[in-house]
Amino acid sequence: MPGERTAEFEVRLSRALAPIDPPAELEARVEDTLGSLVDMAADELEAWELRAMRDPRNWLRPAAAVVVGSAAALGLVVVRTRRRRHKRRAAAVNALDLAGKTLKDAAKEARRVIEDTTPGR
Amino acid sequence: MATAPEQQPTREEKAKLDAEFASLYRAHLRDVYSYSYYRVGNHHDAEDLTEQTFLQAYRHFERAQRESDGRPLRPWLIRIAHNLAANYYRDRSRRPQTPIDDAGVLSSPHTTEALVEDRQDLKRILDGVQELPDDRREALIMRFALGMDNREIARALGRTDGATKVLLHRAIRQLEEIVKKAEGPTG
Repeated sequence: MPGERTAEFEVRLSRALAPIDPPAELEARVEDTLGSLVDMAADELEAWELRAMRDPRNWLRPAAAVVVGSAAALGLVVVRTRRRRHKRRAAAVNALDLAGKTLKDAAKEARRVIEDTTPGR
Repeated sequence: MATAPEQQPTREEKAKLDAEFASLYRAHLRDVYSYSYYRVGNHHDAEDLTEQTFLQAYRHFERAQRESDGRPLRPWLIRIAHNLAANYYRDRSRRPQTPIDDAGVLSSPHTTEALVEDRQDLKRILDGVQELPDDRREALIMRFALGMDNREIARALGRTDGATKVLLHRAIRQLEEIVKKAEGPTG
């Protein structure tokens, strides 16, 4: 019967085109390369965050990053940011400029705290 | 006119995305490697192709995930491998070599005579696969080496489900004829 013959042929075809296991060294190689890419992407994200700080529309994001951190980390950010308020006030042109500088400083501190408290960094 | 702020994932989103990509990689490394191997016919180039596929997939993963609407990403991954393999042939002006030496069936227990017959049968089939037009060969590799269903193959090849069903049917029929001819009148 042609149907049976085709079914039998499909079995032979499945055996001929059996899946091939990748060599172990390939897994290690691809994982290494992807690991480097992930690190590069993290650096890129960080650089983007720094660039984005120039745009007031993006000031909310680092502030949100602070919220994500632990209460202790948040406390640390506030303490460190407050510590430099005299310096910022002296450098600020007006109230809006001061607010911007304060946010920038807080975001910078938040980033430092996150880095300091992230294991393996 | 003010431009919208550039969209970038947050660190948390990025970490989640990376974890999801790692799962995709672990789940489909074998699929991509098998596909690459049957396309290019040797381990060395199959390794390169697999690596390039995952690198490219990583770059576009966020968008693919957004646009997949919850559907499996294997067809997308195989489509990347498919495009890279096409470039590979164009760049190097070569046709796939016939894979046979490392075919998985050799690990099965056989008597010597059965093994020789089996190898000959496999060789005829694999040689026949290489004689098929590209789209038919692709469809067979996806179905038999990767176990993809019609819908997945259709997505990977950018065809309709119906067209894919016809493509597979014709590929099997053509291959059967090629192999029958190679076996000769006694086969």
